[in-house]
Amino acid sequence: MNVATKSENFAADADDDLPLYEARRKIYPIAVRGTFRRIKWTLLLVTLGIYYLLPFVRWDRGPNAPSQAVLVDLVNGRFYFFFIEIWPQEIYYVTGLLILAALVLFLMNAVAGRIWCGYLCPQTVWTDLFQVIERLVEGDPRQRREKLKNASRVQRAFEAAAKHFLWLMVAWWTGGAWVLYFADAPTLTMQLLKGEGPMVAYLWIGILTFTTYVLAGHLREQVCTYMCPWPRIQAALTDEYAFNVTYRYDRGEPRGSLKKTEALKLEGLPAGDCIDCRQCVAACPTGVDIRLGSQLACIQCGLCIDACDTVMEKIGRPTRLIAYDTEMNVQRRIKGLPPVTKVFRARTVLYAALIAVVGGIMVAALAMRGSEGLSAIHDRNPLFVQLSDGSIRNAYTLRIVNKQPMPRRFALSVEGVPEAQLEVVGGLSEVENGRPVVEVGPDQTYELRALVSTHAKLPLGASLPVTFKITDVAGGETSIAPDHFKGP
Amino acid sequence: MADTHKHEVDAVTGISTTGHEWDGIRELNNPLPRWWLWVFYLTILWSVLYWIAYPAWPLVTSYTYGVLGWKSREAIQTDLADLRAQRAAFGDKLAAASLEEIEQTPELLAFARAQGRAAFGDNCAPCHGAGGAGAKGYPNLNDDDWLWGGSLEQIQQTILHGARSADAEAHVGDMPAFGRDGMLQRPEIVAAADYVRSLSNLAVPAGVTPDLAKGKEVFEANCAACHGADGKGNPELGAPNLTDGIWLFGSDRDSVIASITNGRAGLMPAWSGRLDPTTIKALTVYVHSLGGGK
Repeated sequence: MNVATKSENFAADADDDLPLYEARRKIYPIAVRGTFRRIKWTLLLVTLGIYYLLPFVRWDRGPNAPSQAVLVDLVNGRFYFFFIEIWPQEIYYVTGLLILAALVLFLMNAVAGRIWCGYLCPQTVWTDLFQVIERLVEGDPRQRREKLKNASRVQRAFEAAAKHFLWLMVAWWTGGAWVLYFADAPTLTMQLLKGEGPMVAYLWIGILTFTTYVLAGHLREQVCTYMCPWPRIQAALTDEYAFNVTYRYDRGEPRGSLKKTEALKLEGLPAGDCIDCRQCVAACPTGVDIRLGSQLACIQCGLCIDACDTVMEKIGRPTRLIAYDTEMNVQRRIKGLPPVTKVFRARTVLYAALIAVVGGIMVAALAMRGSEGLSAIHDRNPLFVQLSDGSIRNAYTLRIVNKQPMPRRFALSVEGVPEAQLEVVGGLSEVENGRPVVEVGPDQTYELRALVSTHAKLPLGASLPVTFKITDVAGGETSIAPDHFKGP
Repeated sequence: MADTHKHEVDAVTGISTTGHEWDGIRELNNPLPRWWLWVFYLTILWSVLYWIAYPAWPLVTSYTYGVLGWKSREAIQTDLADLRAQRAAFGDKLAAASLEEIEQTPELLAFARAQGRAAFGDNCAPCHGAGGAGAKGYPNLNDDDWLWGGSLEQIQQTILHGARSADAEAHVGDMPAFGRDGMLQRPEIVAAADYVRSLSNLAVPAGVTPDLAKGKEVFEANCAACHGADGKGNPELGAPNLTDGIWLFGSDRDSVIASITNGRAGLMPAWSGRLDPTTIKALTVYVHSLGGGK
């Protein structure tokens, strides 16, 4: 680098004031009416209704199990979902659910872009709710601008306080509903109301109150644009056949004011339908201009479609200048070709097939799992014991699982060792057909130490496959656990 | 790298560049939100507060303690106290119940076995092995052969007071060194060894012609007092059963001859006073439940 460029650098450094950080652009979206707003209201009511009320739904499981339809019982390590009960060792069902969720998101994205973001994501739903409160208390953006000029400082402070109070109430109730999934909801509600709830419940209510208030009240679109990894991933999963919220620039451009475009049309000159009223931008909850095309910050909620349609109806032009459309169709219309709809594409078929496979595996696994289980662990040290009469004994730790809400009695037997004698350490006096019988409590496991010995002469270094088996004395259901019998 | 710091606008994206350029690739300036910067400052502030609140900086001979007075040593002691309090409920039951009751009650058995396994690993494993399988000279606790008796009470007695230990109530009884101390001559010892091995039908090594008649004579005169006329041993004296398949010091001819010549006196320490009675109870149940208990 020579002296001349160095001095240039100094000159450049002097105006090196490009901001590396930018202040947040405040977004106050206007309220809109229309098809997509109605869909969003409906989904908001349904999803929030499920979230807030589900813990109170009851499900009778008999006397020894909780009667809450959806319950995460961390203390006893059980997850209840209506008729399904998941034990900690069955956590792979959750893995399956997560895989399904990912695949469903992929499919949604391949068919209709980021509809998860626009309609179902909790961040969107709660932000919507908080914005409703904001508009109810402080008015829509235009009214607020007027208040800024005309209303008294006291009135504005009062309204702001009311808004934040209501936000905090919603946030608090959000956290409150969350903890109800982890304990008996009616009982915990009463405890919380009386101030007698467990400390951990208050802690989690506090944490979720804070996150809800901050994320939905204050951070809003910043979460989607800067924190969430999903917009980046989703952008890679969509394609030219996916129905994304699209400004039909083939129809809208060249844009111009209503008067100007009407005049141009009369003269037979090219004029688009977009009158550049910027209502689509004003309605956007993330503050983007959809006319710039598909972009990272767009959550595809369709509110710009409603905003544009309202204007188009007023000025008597056809609606759906902005619509769920595909890039492919825009291009085809420009070329004068008829639009095509291609929902069945390689990726959608693949996703759907994968969903069917994974879902099928999960349903089958759930349907075929037994309500009892047995596992065996061979003693590691010593692997075998020689007894004084020369016989060989192996010791095992067995665990019997009873997933039914009533106590059950299991007869224990072992196969695979010649002349095998099975003993159980501890207080098992009951014997059925020569087999020791173990009683396992409702929805519990029982661990026991089993000793298998044989007088039979084993080949040197023998390792015989053995099978432990439990049989429900009353019902006859069986479960087996394989292991080995080791000799000297 | 040409660091010209010229804020050109990128033609493709319409975004201005930072002026940084590497091999023709220019860095676009997509500014981070300012709140992000503030979160970063907040984390710095947090770390400073953390230094003040908690132990942080090493000094030459000490360290900064932090104003909260938190100490990892105290934290672990609190945790251990919590653990003891949690165990107390079961520990009290264990202390109150008899050994038989513990073994007949599944939940007490499970607790005693868990506590016993831990105590065994800490105290017994060096000699008896992690799984209680023992070694030459150190009895296998999994089998059904017991020098000092294999009932719950006998096992507890052995753990409490040991064998040949300094404890007043320790098991006593030595295997004399018949050869070293000149009580028996070499041929007598060899004959006795062959006779003893014949009691449990052990194979006679090639080239050996055992004089079983002489051996029986020597055995009855010298060994039967402790090991019994039938050789089945005596748990009162810790004299092992010589007719079974278990040989603490080896069953080959040389080992048996060595045992008779030099005597044997394994030492089991007394654990009363070193371990609390509940732990010894748990150990007793654990050892008994390994499988050999009688």
